[in-house]
Amino acid sequence: MADTGIAPPPPSHPLSPLPAHLQAGPAQGRSGGPAHAAVPAYDAIVIGGSSGAIDALGAILPALPATLHACVLVVMHLPRDRRSLLADIFRQRCALPVQEATDGVRLTRPLICFAPPDYHLLVDAGPRVALSIDPPLHYSRPSIDVLFESAADLYGERVVAVLLSGANDDGARGLAAVHAAGGLTVVQAPASAPMPAMPLAGLARVTAHHVLAPYAVGALLADLHRKGQL
Amino acid sequence: MQPPSPSTHRKVRTADLEQRLLIDAIYHRYHYDFRGYAQASLRRRLNAALIRFDCRTLSQLQDRVLHEPMVFPALLEYLTVQVSDMFRDPGYYQSLRTEVVPLLRTYPSLKVWVAGCSAGEEVYSLAILLHEEGLLERTLIYGTDINPHALRAAESGIFDMARVAAFTENHARSGARSSLSDYYTARYGRVVFDKSLREHMVFSDHSLATDSVFAEMHLVSCRNVLIYFERDLQNRALGLFREALCHRGFLGLGSRESLRFSDQSEAFEDFVVEDRIYRKKAGL
Repeated sequence: MADTGIAPPPPSHPLSPLPAHLQAGPAQGRSGGPAHAAVPAYDAIVIGGSSGAIDALGAILPALPATLHACVLVVMHLPRDRRSLLADIFRQRCALPVQEATDGVRLTRPLICFAPPDYHLLVDAGPRVALSIDPPLHYSRPSIDVLFESAADLYGERVVAVLLSGANDDGARGLAAVHAAGGLTVVQAPASAPMPAMPLAGLARVTAHHVLAPYAVGALLADLHRKGQL
Repeated sequence: MQPPSPSTHRKVRTADLEQRLLIDAIYHRYHYDFRGYAQASLRRRLNAALIRFDCRTLSQLQDRVLHEPMVFPALLEYLTVQVSDMFRDPGYYQSLRTEVVPLLRTYPSLKVWVAGCSAGEEVYSLAILLHEEGLLERTLIYGTDINPHALRAAESGIFDMARVAAFTENHARSGARSSLSDYYTARYGRVVFDKSLREHMVFSDHSLATDSVFAEMHLVSCRNVLIYFERDLQNRALGLFREALCHRGFLGLGSRESLRFSDQSEAFEDFVVEDRIYRKKAGL
Protein backbone atom coordinates (compact mmCIF):
# COMPACT_ATOMS: atom_id res chain seq x y z
CA MET A 1 0.00 0.00 0.00
CA ALA A 2 2.88 2.29 0.76
CA ASP A 3 4.41 1.78 -2.64
CA THR A 4 2.14 1.33 -5.62
CA GLY A 5 5.01 1.75 -7.99
CA ILE A 6 3.34 4.84 -9.46
CA ALA A 7 5.13 8.10 -8.94
CA PRO A 8 2.94 10.97 -7.78
CA PRO A 9 2.46 13.66 -10.42
CA PRO A 10 4.81 16.61 -10.16
CA PRO A 11 3.23 19.53 -8.35
CA SER A 12 2.92 21.62 -11.49
CA HIS A 13 1.03 18.92 -13.38
CA PRO A 14 -2.24 20.39 -14.64
CA LEU A 15 -4.22 17.45 -13.37
CA SER A 16 -2.79 17.49 -9.87
CA PRO A 17 -5.39 18.29 -7.21
CA LEU A 18 -5.66 21.90 -6.14
CA PRO A 19 -4.37 22.80 -2.68
CA ALA A 20 -7.21 22.41 -0.20
CA HIS A 21 -7.75 26.14 0.31
CA LEU A 22 -8.38 26.63 -3.40
CA GLN A 23 -10.74 23.72 -3.83
CA ALA A 24 -14.38 24.30 -4.52
CA GLY A 25 -16.56 23.32 -1.64
CA PRO A 26 -19.86 24.02 0.05
CA ALA A 27 -18.15 25.95 2.85
CA GLN A 28 -17.14 28.70 0.41
CA GLY A 29 -20.43 28.69 -1.39
CA ARG A 30 -22.34 29.23 1.80
CA SER A 31 -21.20 32.80 2.45
CA GLY A 32 -22.38 33.93 -0.95
CA GLY A 33 -18.85 33.66 -2.28
CA PRO A 34 -19.15 31.20 -5.15
CA ALA A 35 -17.08 28.06 -5.30
CA HIS A 36 -14.59 29.58 -7.71
CA ALA A 37 -12.27 27.49 -9.77
CA ALA A 38 -8.89 29.19 -10.03
CA VAL A 39 -10.01 31.54 -12.81
CA PRO A 40 -13.58 31.98 -14.05
CA ALA A 41 -14.00 31.04 -17.69
CA TYR A 42 -15.97 34.13 -18.70
CA ASP A 43 -15.49 37.86 -18.07
CA ALA A 44 -18.62 39.15 -19.76
CA ILE A 45 -22.16 38.25 -20.74
CA VAL A 46 -23.55 40.16 -23.72
CA ILE A 47 -27.28 40.04 -24.32
CA GLY A 48 -29.23 41.31 -27.31
CA GLY A 49 -32.90 41.41 -28.16
CA SER A 50 -35.73 43.34 -29.70
CA SER A 51 -39.49 42.84 -29.83
CA GLY A 52 -40.60 40.43 -27.15
CA ALA A 53 -37.22 40.31 -25.43
CA ILE A 54 -38.00 42.35 -22.33
CA ASP A 55 -40.02 39.53 -20.79
CA ALA A 56 -37.10 37.21 -21.49
CA LEU A 57 -34.73 39.65 -19.80
CA GLY A 58 -37.07 39.55 -16.82
CA ALA A 59 -36.43 35.82 -16.53
CA ILE A 60 -32.67 36.15 -16.97
CA LEU A 61 -31.27 39.23 -15.24
CA PRO A 62 -32.93 38.70 -11.83
CA ALA A 63 -31.47 35.17 -11.83
CA LEU A 64 -27.93 36.57 -11.74
CA PRO A 65 -26.46 36.70 -8.23
CA ALA A 66 -24.65 39.69 -6.71
CA THR A 67 -21.48 37.59 -6.52
CA LEU A 68 -21.24 37.16 -10.29
CA HIS A 69 -17.72 37.57 -11.63
CA ALA A 70 -18.69 38.77 -15.10
CA CYS A 71 -20.08 42.09 -16.35
CA VAL A 72 -23.40 42.02 -18.18
CA LEU A 73 -23.94 44.28 -21.20
CA VAL A 74 -27.38 44.53 -22.77
CA VAL A 75 -28.60 45.95 -26.07
CA MET A 76 -32.36 46.20 -26.54
CA HIS A 77 -33.86 47.87 -29.59
CA LEU A 78 -35.83 50.84 -28.31
CA PRO A 79 -37.23 54.08 -29.68
CA ARG A 80 -34.31 56.40 -30.34
CA ASP A 81 -35.86 59.65 -29.23
CA ARG A 82 -37.19 58.64 -25.83
CA ARG A 83 -35.64 58.03 -22.47
CA SER A 84 -35.31 54.34 -21.67
CA LEU A 85 -36.83 52.99 -18.46
CA LEU A 86 -35.03 49.65 -18.64
CA ALA A 87 -32.35 50.48 -16.08
CA ASP A 88 -34.97 51.84 -13.66
CA ILE A 89 -37.17 48.77 -14.10
CA PHE A 90 -34.41 46.22 -13.64
CA ARG A 91 -32.67 48.04 -10.81
CA GLN A 92 -35.59 47.05 -8.58
CA ARG A 93 -35.42 43.44 -9.59
CA CYS A 94 -31.72 42.60 -9.81
CA ALA A 95 -29.08 41.74 -7.24
CA LEU A 96 -26.34 43.30 -9.39
CA PRO A 97 -25.91 47.07 -9.77
CA VAL A 98 -27.79 48.25 -12.88
CA GLN A 99 -27.03 51.31 -14.98
CA GLU A 100 -27.54 52.87 -18.36
CA ALA A 101 -24.11 53.12 -19.93
CA THR A 102 -22.02 56.25 -19.69
CA ASP A 103 -18.92 56.43 -21.86
CA GLY A 104 -15.80 55.22 -20.07
CA VAL A 105 -17.42 53.19 -17.27
CA ARG A 106 -14.89 50.58 -16.18
CA LEU A 107 -15.94 46.96 -16.44
CA THR A 108 -13.70 45.67 -13.70
CA ARG A 109 -16.55 45.08 -11.26
CA PRO A 110 -19.72 43.14 -12.01
CA LEU A 111 -22.68 45.21 -13.12
CA ILE A 112 -25.54 45.20 -15.59
CA CYS A 113 -25.12 47.89 -18.20
CA PHE A 114 -27.84 48.86 -20.72
CA ALA A 115 -27.09 50.59 -24.01
CA PRO A 116 -28.58 54.10 -23.99
CA PRO A 117 -31.11 54.94 -26.71
CA ASP A 118 -29.47 56.23 -29.92
CA TYR A 119 -25.94 55.07 -29.07
CA HIS A 120 -24.06 51.94 -30.01
CA LEU A 121 -22.60 50.15 -26.99
CA LEU A 122 -19.13 48.63 -27.33
CA VAL A 123 -16.49 47.23 -25.01
CA ASP A 124 -12.98 48.56 -25.36
CA ALA A 125 -9.56 47.97 -23.82
CA GLY A 126 -9.55 48.53 -20.06
CA PRO A 127 -11.97 46.88 -20.16
CA ARG A 128 -14.41 49.73 -20.28
CA VAL A 129 -17.61 50.86 -21.95
CA ALA A 130 -17.28 52.76 -25.22
CA LEU A 131 -20.19 54.42 -27.00
CA SER A 132 -20.54 55.55 -30.59
CA ILE A 133 -22.98 57.42 -32.78
CA ASP A 134 -21.86 55.66 -35.94
CA PRO A 135 -24.76 55.08 -38.33
CA PRO A 136 -27.51 52.64 -37.30
CA LEU A 137 -27.03 49.02 -38.30
CA HIS A 138 -30.12 47.01 -39.33
CA TYR A 139 -31.96 50.33 -38.74
CA SER A 140 -30.92 50.06 -35.11
CA ARG A 141 -28.78 52.17 -32.82
CA PRO A 142 -27.88 50.53 -30.51
CA SER A 143 -27.16 47.48 -32.63
CA ILE A 144 -26.62 44.00 -31.20
CA ASP A 145 -24.01 43.14 -33.84
CA VAL A 146 -21.89 46.11 -32.77
CA LEU A 147 -21.88 44.98 -29.12
CA PHE A 148 -21.34 41.28 -29.87
CA GLU A 149 -18.55 41.89 -32.38
CA SER A 150 -16.67 44.24 -30.08
CA ALA A 151 -17.06 41.72 -27.23
CA ALA A 152 -15.75 38.90 -29.44
CA ASP A 153 -12.82 41.11 -30.38
CA LEU A 154 -11.96 42.14 -26.82
CA TYR A 155 -12.84 39.06 -24.79
CA GLY A 156 -12.26 36.28 -27.33
CA GLU A 157 -13.39 32.99 -25.81
CA ARG A 158 -14.09 34.65 -22.45
CA VAL A 159 -17.58 35.91 -23.32
CA VAL A 160 -21.09 34.48 -23.25
CA ALA A 161 -23.47 35.86 -25.90
CA VAL A 162 -27.24 35.53 -25.48
CA LEU A 163 -29.54 36.33 -28.41
CA LEU A 164 -33.22 36.79 -27.58
CA SER A 165 -36.55 37.40 -29.27
CA GLY A 166 -36.73 39.96 -32.06
CA ALA A 167 -38.16 40.73 -35.45
CA ASN A 168 -35.02 41.27 -37.53
CA ASP A 169 -31.60 39.69 -37.99
CA ASP A 170 -29.49 42.07 -35.90
CA GLY A 171 -27.22 40.01 -33.67
CA ALA A 172 -26.78 37.03 -36.00
CA ARG A 173 -23.44 38.23 -37.35
CA GLY A 174 -22.28 39.18 -33.87
CA LEU A 175 -23.29 35.77 -32.52
CA ALA A 176 -21.20 34.18 -35.27
CA ALA A 177 -18.24 36.40 -34.28
CA VAL A 178 -18.51 35.27 -30.63
CA HIS A 179 -18.80 31.67 -31.76
CA ALA A 180 -15.74 31.99 -34.01
CA ALA A 181 -13.75 33.57 -31.17
CA GLY A 182 -14.52 30.56 -28.99
CA GLY A 183 -17.12 32.17 -26.72
CA LEU A 184 -20.26 30.50 -25.44
CA THR A 185 -23.37 31.09 -27.57
CA VAL A 186 -26.89 30.90 -26.21
CA VAL A 187 -30.04 31.50 -28.25
CA GLN A 188 -33.60 31.83 -27.01
CA ALA A 189 -35.56 28.82 -28.25
CA PRO A 190 -37.56 30.18 -31.22
CA ALA A 191 -40.73 28.47 -29.97
CA SER A 192 -40.47 30.47 -26.74
CA ALA A 193 -39.91 33.79 -28.53
CA PRO A 194 -42.82 36.12 -29.32
CA MET A 195 -40.75 37.20 -32.37
CA PRO A 196 -38.65 34.21 -33.49
CA ALA A 197 -36.94 35.90 -36.49
CA MET A 198 -33.93 37.06 -34.49
CA PRO A 199 -33.17 33.71 -32.80
CA LEU A 200 -33.76 31.90 -36.10
CA ALA A 201 -31.34 34.23 -37.91
CA GLY A 202 -28.76 33.51 -35.20
CA LEU A 203 -29.29 29.77 -35.46
CA ALA A 204 -28.95 29.97 -39.24
CA ARG A 205 -25.44 31.37 -38.76
CA VAL A 206 -24.15 29.17 -35.94
CA THR A 207 -24.88 25.95 -34.12
CA ALA A 208 -25.35 27.60 -30.74
CA HIS A 209 -24.10 25.83 -27.64
CA HIS A 210 -27.48 26.24 -25.97
CA VAL A 211 -30.97 26.84 -27.33
CA LEU A 212 -33.19 27.51 -24.33
CA ALA A 213 -36.35 29.12 -23.03
CA PRO A 214 -35.62 32.33 -21.08
CA TYR A 215 -36.01 30.82 -17.60
CA ALA A 216 -33.54 28.09 -18.61
CA VAL A 217 -31.06 30.73 -19.81
CA GLY A 218 -31.24 32.28 -16.34
CA ALA A 219 -30.74 28.84 -14.77
CA LEU A 220 -27.80 28.09 -17.09
CA LEU A 221 -26.03 31.32 -16.16
CA ALA A 222 -26.69 30.81 -12.46
CA ASP A 223 -25.34 27.29 -12.77
CA LEU A 224 -22.18 28.46 -14.56
CA HIS A 225 -21.72 30.91 -11.70
CA ARG A 226 -22.10 28.13 -9.13
CA LYS A 227 -19.41 26.19 -10.97
CA GLY A 228 -17.12 29.18 -10.68
CA GLN A 229 -17.10 29.90 -14.42
CA LEU A 230 -18.97 33.17 -14.46
CA MET B 1 -7.23 25.95 -16.91
CA GLN B 2 -7.44 25.83 -20.68
CA PRO B 3 -4.76 27.80 -22.52
CA PRO B 4 -6.29 30.30 -24.94
CA SER B 5 -6.82 28.84 -28.35
CA PRO B 6 -3.60 29.77 -30.16
CA SER B 7 -5.12 30.46 -33.57
CA THR B 8 -7.75 32.89 -32.27
CA HIS B 9 -5.28 34.47 -29.93
CA ARG B 10 -2.65 35.08 -32.58
CA LYS B 11 -5.21 36.42 -35.04
CA VAL B 12 -6.40 39.06 -32.55
CA ARG B 13 -2.84 40.13 -31.83
CA THR B 14 -2.02 40.44 -35.51
CA ALA B 15 -5.05 42.62 -36.12
CA ASP B 16 -4.06 44.85 -33.19
CA LEU B 17 -0.56 45.18 -34.55
CA GLU B 18 -1.73 45.94 -38.07
CA GLN B 19 -4.11 48.57 -36.76
CA ARG B 20 -1.35 50.29 -34.80
CA LEU B 21 1.04 50.21 -37.76
CA LEU B 22 -1.58 51.65 -40.11
CA ILE B 23 -2.45 54.46 -37.69
CA ASP B 24 1.26 55.23 -37.26
CA ALA B 25 1.77 55.25 -41.02
CA ILE B 26 -1.13 57.68 -41.45
CA TYR B 27 0.30 59.95 -38.79
CA HIS B 28 3.81 60.02 -40.24
CA ARG B 29 2.73 60.41 -43.86
CA TYR B 30 -0.40 62.58 -43.59
CA HIS B 31 -0.14 64.14 -40.10
CA TYR B 32 -3.60 63.00 -39.09
CA ASP B 33 -3.28 61.67 -35.56
CA PHE B 34 -5.63 58.81 -34.71
CA ARG B 35 -3.23 57.28 -32.22
CA GLY B 36 -5.34 58.35 -29.23
CA TYR B 37 -8.64 57.17 -30.69
CA ALA B 38 -10.72 54.51 -28.94
CA GLN B 39 -9.75 51.17 -30.42
CA ALA B 40 -13.12 49.47 -30.69
CA SER B 41 -14.84 52.12 -32.80
CA LEU B 42 -11.74 52.65 -34.90
CA ARG B 43 -11.62 48.93 -35.61
CA ARG B 44 -15.24 48.90 -36.78
CA ARG B 45 -14.56 51.77 -39.14
CA LEU B 46 -11.40 50.19 -40.45
CA ASN B 47 -13.20 46.91 -41.02
CA ALA B 48 -15.80 48.77 -43.07
CA ALA B 49 -12.96 50.42 -45.00
CA LEU B 50 -11.42 47.02 -45.79
CA ILE B 51 -14.54 46.11 -47.72
CA ARG B 52 -14.73 49.49 -49.47
CA PHE B 53 -11.07 49.37 -50.55
CA ASP B 54 -11.20 45.69 -51.39
CA CYS B 55 -8.44 44.74 -48.97
CA ARG B 56 -8.17 41.51 -47.02
CA THR B 57 -6.00 42.88 -44.22
CA LEU B 58 -5.07 46.22 -42.69
CA SER B 59 -1.52 45.60 -43.93
CA GLN B 60 -2.85 45.60 -47.48
CA LEU B 61 -4.78 48.77 -46.75
CA GLN B 62 -1.61 50.33 -45.35
CA ASP B 63 0.19 49.49 -48.59
CA ARG B 64 -2.50 51.27 -50.58
CA VAL B 65 -2.58 54.25 -48.18
CA LEU B 66 1.16 54.76 -48.60
CA HIS B 67 1.45 54.16 -52.32
CA GLU B 68 -1.83 55.37 -53.86
CA PRO B 69 -2.44 59.10 -53.37
CA MET B 70 -6.22 58.84 -53.83
CA VAL B 71 -6.75 56.29 -51.08
CA PHE B 72 -6.08 58.32 -47.94
CA PRO B 73 -8.58 61.14 -48.62
CA ALA B 74 -11.27 58.50 -49.16
CA LEU B 75 -10.19 56.57 -46.06
CA LEU B 76 -10.35 59.78 -44.01
CA GLU B 77 -14.08 59.90 -44.72
CA TYR B 78 -14.44 56.45 -43.17
CA LEU B 79 -12.40 57.39 -40.13
CA THR B 80 -13.99 60.73 -39.34
CA VAL B 81 -17.41 61.05 -40.88
CA GLN B 82 -20.07 61.69 -38.30
CA VAL B 83 -23.71 62.26 -38.92
CA SER B 84 -25.57 64.14 -36.25
CA ASP B 85 -29.00 65.72 -36.27
CA MET B 86 -29.77 69.37 -35.76
CA PHE B 87 -30.96 69.90 -32.18
CA ARG B 88 -30.02 66.30 -31.31
CA ASP B 89 -31.12 65.89 -27.66
CA PRO B 90 -33.60 68.80 -27.55
CA GLY B 91 -33.26 68.90 -23.77
CA TYR B 92 -29.65 70.05 -24.11
CA TYR B 93 -30.71 73.01 -26.23
CA GLN B 94 -33.58 73.78 -23.91
CA SER B 95 -31.18 73.93 -20.97
CA LEU B 96 -28.80 76.17 -22.91
CA ARG B 97 -31.78 78.43 -23.59
CA THR B 98 -33.14 78.62 -20.07
CA GLU B 99 -29.99 78.27 -17.94
CA VAL B 100 -26.97 79.41 -19.97
CA VAL B 101 -28.38 82.12 -22.28
CA PRO B 102 -29.40 84.44 -19.39
CA LEU B 103 -25.74 84.51 -18.30
CA LEU B 104 -24.42 84.86 -21.85
CA ARG B 105 -26.64 87.93 -22.21
CA THR B 106 -24.40 89.78 -19.77
CA TYR B 107 -21.46 89.80 -22.22
CA PRO B 108 -21.15 92.51 -24.90
CA SER B 109 -19.76 90.01 -27.40
CA LEU B 110 -19.78 86.22 -27.47
CA LYS B 111 -17.59 83.47 -28.83
CA VAL B 112 -18.79 79.88 -29.09
CA TRP B 113 -16.69 76.88 -30.15
CA VAL B 114 -18.25 73.74 -31.58
CA ALA B 115 -15.34 71.30 -31.47
CA GLY B 116 -15.72 68.41 -33.92
CA CYS B 117 -18.53 70.09 -35.85
CA SER B 118 -18.78 67.56 -38.75
CA ALA B 119 -21.18 68.91 -41.36
CA GLY B 120 -22.29 71.75 -39.10
CA GLU B 121 -25.60 70.49 -37.71
CA GLU B 122 -24.78 71.71 -34.21
CA VAL B 123 -23.32 75.02 -35.40
CA TYR B 124 -26.53 75.85 -37.28
CA SER B 125 -28.62 74.70 -34.31
CA LEU B 126 -26.76 77.03 -31.95
CA ALA B 127 -26.92 79.92 -34.43
CA ILE B 128 -30.70 79.53 -34.69
CA LEU B 129 -31.08 79.26 -30.93
CA LEU B 130 -28.96 82.37 -30.36
CA HIS B 131 -30.90 84.23 -33.06
CA GLU B 132 -34.17 83.33 -31.37
CA GLU B 133 -32.74 84.61 -28.09
CA GLY B 134 -31.56 87.85 -29.72
CA LEU B 135 -27.87 87.10 -29.18
CA LEU B 136 -26.65 86.07 -32.62
CA GLU B 137 -25.80 89.63 -33.69
CA ARG B 138 -23.04 89.80 -31.11
CA THR B 139 -21.86 86.19 -31.50
CA LEU B 140 -19.19 84.42 -33.50
CA ILE B 141 -19.45 80.60 -33.62
CA TYR B 142 -16.32 78.65 -34.49
CA GLY B 143 -16.91 75.23 -36.00
CA THR B 144 -13.81 73.07 -36.17
CA ASP B 145 -13.15 69.60 -37.49
CA ILE B 146 -10.32 67.59 -39.02
CA ASN B 147 -12.37 66.44 -42.01
CA PRO B 148 -12.03 69.00 -44.86
CA HIS B 149 -14.98 67.53 -46.73
CA ALA B 150 -17.25 67.93 -43.69
CA LEU B 151 -16.06 71.51 -43.20
CA ARG B 152 -16.94 72.38 -46.81
CA ALA B 153 -20.37 70.83 -46.34
CA ALA B 154 -20.84 72.85 -43.15
CA GLU B 155 -19.84 76.06 -44.94
CA SER B 156 -22.43 75.43 -47.63
CA GLY B 157 -25.25 75.14 -45.09
CA ILE B 158 -27.01 72.64 -47.32
CA PHE B 159 -28.78 69.60 -45.88
CA ASP B 160 -30.80 66.79 -47.39
CA MET B 161 -34.54 67.54 -47.28
CA ALA B 162 -35.20 64.02 -45.99
CA ARG B 163 -33.48 64.90 -42.73
CA VAL B 164 -35.38 68.11 -42.12
CA ALA B 165 -38.51 66.53 -40.61
CA ALA B 166 -36.42 65.17 -37.73
CA PHE B 167 -34.58 68.49 -37.40
CA THR B 168 -37.91 70.33 -37.22
CA GLU B 169 -39.31 68.05 -34.54
CA ASN B 170 -36.13 68.35 -32.44
CA HIS B 171 -36.14 72.11 -32.87
CA ALA B 172 -39.74 72.37 -31.71
CA ARG B 173 -38.92 70.31 -28.61
CA SER B 174 -35.96 72.55 -27.76
CA GLY B 175 -38.26 75.38 -26.63
CA ALA B 176 -38.19 77.03 -30.06
CA ARG B 177 -39.47 80.58 -30.44
CA SER B 178 -39.82 80.30 -34.21
CA SER B 179 -40.31 77.80 -36.97
CA LEU B 180 -37.23 76.10 -38.38
CA SER B 181 -38.54 76.79 -41.88
CA ASP B 182 -38.00 80.52 -41.22
CA TYR B 183 -34.30 79.81 -41.54
CA TYR B 184 -34.02 77.84 -44.77
CA THR B 185 -35.07 77.74 -48.38
CA ALA B 186 -36.02 74.39 -49.87
CA ARG B 187 -35.10 73.48 -53.42
CA TYR B 188 -34.42 70.31 -55.39
CA GLY B 189 -34.74 67.98 -52.41
CA ARG B 190 -32.36 70.01 -50.30
CA VAL B 191 -32.56 72.92 -47.91
CA VAL B 192 -30.16 75.84 -47.78
CA PHE B 193 -29.83 77.72 -44.52
CA ASP B 194 -29.94 81.49 -44.54
CA LYS B 195 -26.76 83.43 -45.32
CA SER B 196 -27.44 85.72 -42.35
CA LEU B 197 -26.72 82.76 -40.04
CA ARG B 198 -23.59 81.92 -41.98
CA GLU B 199 -22.17 85.43 -41.35
CA HIS B 200 -21.74 84.55 -37.70
CA MET B 201 -19.84 81.32 -38.29
CA VAL B 202 -16.20 80.55 -38.91
CA PHE B 203 -15.30 77.04 -40.03
CA SER B 204 -11.76 75.91 -39.65
CA ASP B 205 -9.51 72.88 -39.71
CA HIS B 206 -8.45 72.08 -36.16
CA SER B 207 -7.35 68.86 -34.47
CA LEU B 208 -8.06 68.22 -30.80
CA ALA B 209 -5.17 65.75 -30.93
CA THR B 210 -2.44 68.05 -32.24
CA ASP B 211 -3.54 71.72 -32.32
CA SER B 212 -3.79 74.28 -29.54
CA VAL B 213 -6.26 76.92 -28.37
CA PHE B 214 -6.99 79.73 -30.85
CA ALA B 215 -9.40 82.14 -29.09
CA GLU B 216 -11.12 82.81 -25.79
CA MET B 217 -14.59 81.27 -25.64
CA HIS B 218 -17.73 81.79 -23.56
CA LEU B 219 -19.22 78.44 -24.48
CA VAL B 220 -17.59 75.27 -25.81
CA SER B 221 -19.92 72.58 -27.12
CA CYS B 222 -18.30 69.24 -27.90
CA ARG B 223 -20.91 66.54 -28.14
CA ASN B 224 -20.29 62.88 -28.92
CA VAL B 225 -16.73 63.53 -30.01
CA LEU B 226 -14.92 62.48 -26.84
CA ILE B 227 -16.60 59.05 -27.00
CA TYR B 228 -14.26 58.29 -29.90
CA PHE B 229 -11.15 59.17 -27.87
CA GLU B 230 -9.14 57.19 -25.37
CA ARG B 231 -8.59 58.64 -21.92
CA ASP B 232 -5.35 60.54 -22.67
CA LEU B 233 -6.76 62.25 -25.71
CA GLN B 234 -9.99 63.04 -23.83
CA ASN B 235 -7.86 64.72 -21.18
CA ARG B 236 -5.97 66.69 -23.82
CA ALA B 237 -9.18 67.91 -25.45
CA LEU B 238 -10.77 68.84 -22.12
CA GLY B 239 -7.55 70.67 -21.21
CA LEU B 240 -7.91 72.72 -24.39
CA PHE B 241 -11.51 73.55 -23.53
CA ARG B 242 -10.53 74.63 -20.04
CA GLU B 243 -7.76 76.80 -21.46
CA ALA B 244 -10.03 78.30 -24.13
CA LEU B 245 -12.90 79.12 -21.78
CA CYS B 246 -13.15 82.55 -20.22
CA HIS B 247 -13.60 83.02 -16.48
CA ARG B 248 -16.70 80.96 -15.54
CA GLY B 249 -17.26 79.85 -19.14
CA PHE B 250 -19.56 76.95 -20.09
CA LEU B 251 -18.84 73.49 -21.46
CA GLY B 252 -21.47 71.20 -23.00
CA LEU B 253 -20.84 67.50 -23.61
CA GLY B 254 -22.89 64.66 -25.12
CA SER B 255 -25.70 63.17 -23.05
CA ARG B 256 -23.75 59.99 -22.22
CA GLU B 257 -20.35 61.60 -21.76
CA SER B 258 -18.97 62.51 -18.38
CA LEU B 259 -16.15 64.51 -16.86
CA ARG B 260 -16.14 62.06 -13.97
CA PHE B 261 -13.32 59.89 -15.34
CA SER B 262 -11.18 62.77 -16.55
CA ASP B 263 -8.15 64.64 -15.20
CA GLN B 264 -10.10 67.85 -15.75
CA SER B 265 -13.05 66.98 -13.51
CA GLU B 266 -11.72 69.32 -10.81
CA ALA B 267 -11.62 72.27 -13.20
CA PHE B 268 -15.36 72.24 -13.81
CA GLU B 269 -18.50 72.20 -11.73
CA ASP B 270 -21.88 70.78 -12.68
CA PHE B 271 -24.21 73.40 -14.09
CA VAL B 272 -27.07 71.38 -15.57
CA VAL B 273 -26.27 67.82 -14.53
CA GLU B 274 -28.84 65.96 -16.62
CA ASP B 275 -27.81 67.71 -19.84
CA ARG B 276 -24.05 67.50 -19.21
CA ILE B 277 -23.54 71.26 -19.06
CA TYR B 278 -20.55 72.23 -16.94
CA ARG B 279 -19.09 75.54 -15.83
CA LYS B 280 -15.44 76.38 -15.37
CA LYS B 281 -14.59 76.99 -11.74
CA ALA B 282 -13.41 80.41 -10.62
CA GLY B 283 -9.68 81.06 -10.39
CA LEU B 284 -8.69 78.58 -13.12
